[in-house]
Amino acid sequence: MYPFEYHRPRALEEARALFHQAEDGIYLAGGQTLIPTMKQRLAAPSDVVDLAGVPGLTGLAVEDGTLRVGALSRHAEVAAHPDVKRALPVLAHLASCIGDPQVRNRGTLGGSVANSDPAADYPAALVALGATVHTDSRSIAAEDYFKDLFETALEPGEIITRIDFPRPLRAAYRKFPHPASRYAVVGVLVAEFDGGLRVGITGAGPCAFRGTALEEALADGLDPAALDGVEVPDAGFNSDLFASAEYRAHLVKVMAKRAVQDLLVQPR
Amino acid sequence: MKLSLTVNGTPHELEVSADALLVEVIREHLGLTGTHVGCDTSQCGACTVHLDGRAVKSCTVLAGQAEGAEVVTIEGIGSGDELHPMQAAFREHHALQCGFCTPGMIMAAIDLVERSDGLDRRTVREGLEGNLCRCTGYHNIVDAVLAAAPVMTGGADHG
Amino acid sequence: MAEAVAGSGIGASVRRKEDLRFITGRGRYTDDISMPGQVHAVFLRSPHARARIVSIDTAEAAAVPGVLAVLTGRDMAADGLGDLPCGWLVKQSDGSDMVAAPHPPLAHGVVNYVGEPYGLVVAEDLATAWRAAELVVAEFEERPAVVDPALAMESEAIHEGVARNLAYEWVLGDQSATETALAGAAHVTRLDLVNNRLIPNAMEPRAALGVHDPGTGEHVLYTTSQNPHLERLVLSAFVGVAPEHKLRVVAPDVGGGFGSKIPVYAEETAVLWAARRVGRPVKWKAERSESFLADAHGRDHVTHAELGLDEHGRFVALEVHTTANLGAYLSLFGSSVPTYLYGTLMAGQYKTPNIFVKVHGVYTNTAPVDAYRGAGRPEATYVVERIVEAAARELGRDPADLRRQNLIRPEDFPYETPVALVYDTGNYEASLDKALALIDYGGFPERKAEAARRGKRRGIGFACYIEACGLAPSKLAIQLGAGVGLYESGEIRVNPTGNVTVFTGSHSHGQGHETTFAQVVAERFGIGIDDVEVVHGDTGRVEFGLGTYGSRSLAVGGSALVRAADKVVEKGRRIAAHMLEADLADVEFADGRFTVRDSNQSLSFGEVAFAAYVPANYPEDLEPGLSEKAFYDPENFTFPAGTHIAEVEVDEETGVVELVDFVAVDDFGKVINPMIVHGQIHGGVAQGVGQALHERGLYDEYGQLQTGSYMDYCIPRADDLPDFRVDTTVTPCTHNPLGVKGCGEAGAIGAPAAVMNAVTDALGVADLPMPATAEKVWRALRG
Repeated sequence: MYPFEYHRPRALEEARALFHQAEDGIYLAGGQTLIPTMKQRLAAPSDVVDLAGVPGLTGLAVEDGTLRVGALSRHAEVAAHPDVKRALPVLAHLASCIGDPQVRNRGTLGGSVANSDPAADYPAALVALGATVHTDSRSIAAEDYFKDLFETALEPGEIITRIDFPRPLRAAYRKFPHPASRYAVVGVLVAEFDGGLRVGITGAGPCAFRGTALEEALADGLDPAALDGVEVPDAGFNSDLFASAEYRAHLVKVMAKRAVQDLLVQPR
Repeated sequence: MKLSLTVNGTPHELEVSADALLVEVIREHLGLTGTHVGCDTSQCGACTVHLDGRAVKSCTVLAGQAEGAEVVTIEGIGSGDELHPMQAAFREHHALQCGFCTPGMIMAAIDLVERSDGLDRRTVREGLEGNLCRCTGYHNIVDAVLAAAPVMTGGADHG
Repeated sequence: MAEAVAGSGIGASVRRKEDLRFITGRGRYTDDISMPGQVHAVFLRSPHARARIVSIDTAEAAAVPGVLAVLTGRDMAADGLGDLPCGWLVKQSDGSDMVAAPHPPLAHGVVNYVGEPYGLVVAEDLATAWRAAELVVAEFEERPAVVDPALAMESEAIHEGVARNLAYEWVLGDQSATETALAGAAHVTRLDLVNNRLIPNAMEPRAALGVHDPGTGEHVLYTTSQNPHLERLVLSAFVGVAPEHKLRVVAPDVGGGFGSKIPVYAEETAVLWAARRVGRPVKWKAERSESFLADAHGRDHVTHAELGLDEHGRFVALEVHTTANLGAYLSLFGSSVPTYLYGTLMAGQYKTPNIFVKVHGVYTNTAPVDAYRGAGRPEATYVVERIVEAAARELGRDPADLRRQNLIRPEDFPYETPVALVYDTGNYEASLDKALALIDYGGFPERKAEAARRGKRRGIGFACYIEACGLAPSKLAIQLGAGVGLYESGEIRVNPTGNVTVFTGSHSHGQGHETTFAQVVAERFGIGIDDVEVVHGDTGRVEFGLGTYGSRSLAVGGSALVRAADKVVEKGRRIAAHMLEADLADVEFADGRFTVRDSNQSLSFGEVAFAAYVPANYPEDLEPGLSEKAFYDPENFTFPAGTHIAEVEVDEETGVVELVDFVAVDDFGKVINPMIVHGQIHGGVAQGVGQALHERGLYDEYGQLQTGSYMDYCIPRADDLPDFRVDTTVTPCTHNPLGVKGCGEAGAIGAPAAVMNAVTDALGVADLPMPATAEKVWRALRG
């Protein structure tokens, strides 16, 4: 690691100030991506501003059909929390698929969403569920939030405080993990709302996106077979040693079908 | 910077550099070399310790993040000469060979048992996905965890 | 786990003595050792696969406060240090010597693989060393890299004077007889195979701590080695860092080796040299990414094989042509792995009368390739067992039956193969039958049908492997080019109070010597195993040794201890005869007592030991003390063999392969500790499964390693593997005193072929290159 200054502010305002005073500051949430990146000397922030001591960034609550999750909620907490399991079980399941147990004990929702790794799990949920990202200055709809590879709508210094997830009637998440890294090669979350079906896809492209072609195919009824004829174009998809863009496109369909199958056995 | 934390029940006040990792504090400042470092991408789990009761990779925690925390390492889980049931089970079931991954594996396994009901071979395997072992093929590790679980949960001091 | 024998003697699953320190965090690995005044080294590594070093400017780095030295390959050469040697001189087919390119520990002039060290920075702390290392300005003139072994012989020469990048062309067997037999065969099966490059990944990264005492002139090197005496020999006799009597090498607890800690590497050489230069102890510990780049890799073969069968299905000939990638330099035993440890195994378990093997060992701009668990024998087994399976499919024969038909029978031993080995004993059909019963071979069609109903294609695959362990004898090996003997030393010091300290030249880095060897010695002396302490891994305590590799520890090192124990007993009998006033011929030793035959007179082992050190009533012609040593040079290899059977299920939609069952039935001869043996099988199989399904060391066309971390290089996790079902059959080795054969590598030898035979069976294809990752399988399914 390159040397840096470590700060542990006690208030949002202080955190922002430290960030802006720094030559090259960065916020630290759970650190499960940032710290490995720094250890490999791929990031060299001058100042690390740890948000752990900032009040108001934790906590989980169900209000008006919405699950509100504090940005610093750890994956393990989301996975095991009785309110999440009751109100939005798909999110608990998704959180239980992230990384490994030790990573889930440290990593946070806000940290993951702020980083916007193309292979992270949470973005699929944000997109599919139509979540709202609350920051210290505004609210951003999920579909406006993810911009590109590691690129989000966040302004420099902006801090995610909470994410609100609308509750669907039913939903299911299927992940195809990379065998080595355990990140999502492809992850598909299918959610059924009163107003229709939404599909969120992670891993396949530079950032999470809605699977509109899949949604249209399922509009006439939740039948996995309806996805068989859908074309998932792989243009712009990620391609690496483990999975080509073409294979990822195929996996999107397979994971979507399996998610629909999972969803169908759930009560509405 | 100053760092206060409790390791294996002993409070410490240390002067560490701002960019120190928790594992460096444990190994270098406190001389507890049972916690190992086996990779640089936060995957092997050899450095697993308990931070405020949860298994974490101490190579992926900054020292500052452990301010005020309770840390337990492999050196802190037995009591006196008595082995923790997980340690005893690892020996009984030959769940280690070279021993390098073992402290992290044991710390992860203890956390797994403490947070799970009705573990079986599949869930133990899944629960240990944060720890790599190159020697054992994991078979005997699964045996050991399943053998330790009822001892741990049956004991008065655990559960 | 079945426990045939109770107690702590031979055959009992004694719980390991060494475990207590490991489970309590008190193991002492190299990086756990620190010296007062210790400073830290960071290596400068080539970013290019092939380049000329134009210049290295160290001035800015050297000026960083806290930096003690910035040293380069040129400095090392100027200090007179020699090259790293290759320890096995392979003779080419034309009788000439192999062409060994110079291998300086620190590169100077040119660099030949990404990650090759060309210098180091020594600083007060690691962070300073890293910071300074980034300030070293090295200018390189890049050259086109040679990466693909199949193209190496047609590419520009990497090393001056090495035409066609060819280190050697090596042959074994009778080419004309083999080709005649192939021409006359009723059926010929042809197969092209790639044996994927693997990166060993012992969980403990390599490390070294060099210490120099200017007062005594002694150098001490703590390092992650499987063979500290060999390390000392190389560093003194070849590299010349320090003379042998002024150099102590300690390999303390070592966190796995699997072959990757056999070679003598640049880094430990450099820290020892640097420690003397800077006058401080110098420590280095690899980051995992350095391990990926600069540990010796394994395998990496391209092979064409042809198997001829007569009209009855009998194997009549096998011809194998292999190009073996040796990497940029010949590592310590790199030359022997694809030759003497590979070609000699091509008979497998079969009576194939004609075999011919030709191997081209080539240089490429990749990390040096050396022994990795199995070392040559997994590659040989992969060729034999894949082509036998392919032949069975082509002929519509049951693969188990075709194997059975061609097995060497128990009455054929000793069996001389057409490829230079003499198998002493075995019963291959016994392990095949046991494995078939364990897997319930008859029930496979039903399991396959049931899987099909779940959208899974189930396949079954066999590997009837043979391996040759405990490389021997020394005289023959040296004739064939080995630079060292292949014996082992053992010393037994009986202490005055009757407990025993055992010194072995082999080294335990997970194998459990401290327990198994104690069992052997304790049983011989009739004492408790807690009264036996096994010391290894320190040239300052153990007289000599050749270390641990090739599953040799018990067969060779254990046998040395048996010989030393025999000497202890002999001397004890003389002492006892004197004390009991009996004829030597009448004194017997059993169950820990020296007894006069047909009398009730006896002395305990401890009483005799005490008398040896307090010689009051003592033979006049006998020296005091009770300490004996032996060097054991085996007369032949041992030949463990067995049958491994894998069952896989392939997800038709995703191509994901799941290993759902694995049976291993092995004949290791006599088993000292079944628990430890089973553990060795588990671990070996896991590595073999890793090769088949997950692992691949892959360079791009520029020689950049594409799988350089655990983010890309997948070593199996717990949930990637099934429970293993293991059993043994026993034909004792005929030529060592314990009747043991060696068990450390069998799993890694049998598993890749068994798993890939199962995968190709499930897919209905002739071949699929390892590893059978999901997309590759998905594409094969689409045809």
